Amino acid sequence: MNYLLLIYANEAEMMRIGETALKKMTGEYMDFTKSIVQAGNFKAGDRLKPVSSASTVRVRNGKTTITDGPFAETREQLGGYYLIEAKNLDEATAIAARIPGAQTGSIEVRPVWPPMT
Amino acid sequence: MSGGTAAHVLEEIFRREAGRVLATLIRLLGDFDLAEEAQQEAFAVAVEQWPSHGTPANPRAWLISTGRNKAIDRIRRDIVFRTKISGEISAAESNLDAAPDAADEEVFGDDRLRLIFTCCHPALSEEAQIALTLREVCGLSTQAVARAFLISEETMAQRLVRAKKKIRDAGIPYETPEPSVLEQRIEGVLAVVYGVFTEGYAATVGVRLIDVELCEEAIRLGRLLDTLLPDHAGVMGLLALMLLHDARRESRTSDTGDLVLLENQDRSQWNRSEISEGLLLVDRSLSIRGQVSSYAVQAAIAALHVRAQESSSTDWPQIVGLYEVLLRLQPTPVIELNHAVAVSMVDGPGRALDLIDSLAARGRVTQYHLLHAARGRLLQKLGRINEAREAYSAALSTTMLEPEQRFLAARIAAIQGICEAPVSG
Repeated sequence: MNYLLLIYANEAEMMRIGETALKKMTGEYMDFTKSIVQAGNFKAGDRLKPVSSASTVRVRNGKTTITDGPFAETREQLGGYYLIEAKNLDEATAIAARIPGAQTGSIEVRPVWPPMT
Repeated sequence: MSGGTAAHVLEEIFRREAGRVLATLIRLLGDFDLAEEAQQEAFAVAVEQWPSHGTPANPRAWLISTGRNKAIDRIRRDIVFRTKISGEISAAESNLDAAPDAADEEVFGDDRLRLIFTCCHPALSEEAQIALTLREVCGLSTQAVARAFLISEETMAQRLVRAKKKIRDAGIPYETPEPSVLEQRIEGVLAVVYGVFTEGYAATVGVRLIDVELCEEAIRLGRLLDTLLPDHAGVMGLLALMLLHDARRESRTSDTGDLVLLENQDRSQWNRSEISEGLLLVDRSLSIRGQVSSYAVQAAIAALHVRAQESSSTDWPQIVGLYEVLLRLQPTPVIELNHAVAVSMVDGPGRALDLIDSLAARGRVTQYHLLHAARGRLLQKLGRINEAREAYSAALSTTMLEPEQRFLAARIAAIQGICEAPVSG
């Protein structure tokens, strides 16, 4: 089954971590990504630009509105994701626990429906 | 064989085999609902055939293979409507060869353990874990599980449906966890079993103090775990704890359903066989090196209570010491409160009251009726009658259990009596 691992972190805190810590974290993410590519679990994964760059689109009665946001009101914001293939939830959560961001933020593990045919 | 006896034999076999048959069918079929239906159908065929054809030599293997065949028939029928599940039938058929034909205790044991770990998976809510365990592992009817939690059968049925849907949708495995997480997952299972027991031992709401059925199911689960995971300090500690508490069941309530405090309980009513089994398990659990289970420490405290011939010979200093060990393992407000009560028996009510007041000052437990009740007792012993009455009233307003309400109301009435009686001597 495929699982989407959504990485949530406090953006404001992330902005303040400083050069050395940032370099260390980037290295950890590269190592982690490499390990799940080698293990055959990796399908996709990206880091997202901050919530301040986000736009929200809604279509109501045929009319499209585009707004700024969502605003970073919650404590943690979506900062990146991995799409992985795992044999079950236990494997998926074990992989999620190895994401460097799990040490400070949280990882939401969502099973993905198989494509509709 | 008379009809009545045959029916009795059948019932006995069903009762004994239901859990094992269901656990194995879930593994073979990979689906809870399908397995439950298959199990019911197999039992129905047995009711029909066994009285005339005779009971098969290996009833368990017969029930499993009949259930599995019924399920395959059902999947085949479904194919007429749904064309996309050929995978399911080939999986079920390929598992057919893997099905044990003899009564291999190890394989059945493994299946039951898998089922327990699935039902107690941390990705399910705590209430769903308890409900699923009672329904699927203990084999209680949905109605019985609903009754235990004082909710309607319909609500409980929905809760079970949602839990099973989560298992399917999230891909919660039907497997014994990897060694790296096994200990943590066993802790989760023990918490569920203890949750079943405590709800039975001291219900949080309602008219009865003790729900015997839940206590018995929890102990049955504890024994099952002790068989499946032998020599595990936590499993033995929990089983010991439950047995030592349950041994006092009869004496904990009066004939009228009122609460009887430990010091007033009739010790001759205590269940000696549960006590000796429990004492043995505490010792075994605590003798395992490098694994101190908090359940075993709590059991050791219970052991000191049941070992005392009479209330006055209770070894309170050692109980205080054990609560201090427990506080290091598990610093929770409830344990702090129990520690304070034990301290009052050694150092007197004044010091215990200081401990409880400091606990209350840190918040979080002000809604806990036993804290107020304990304060009331200490204040009463110190002769601070008005404050004692206030504490008992606070306790009364926070408990939802009728026997506790009656007990507290009686305490308050007794204090009124003291206040109103003429001062003598």
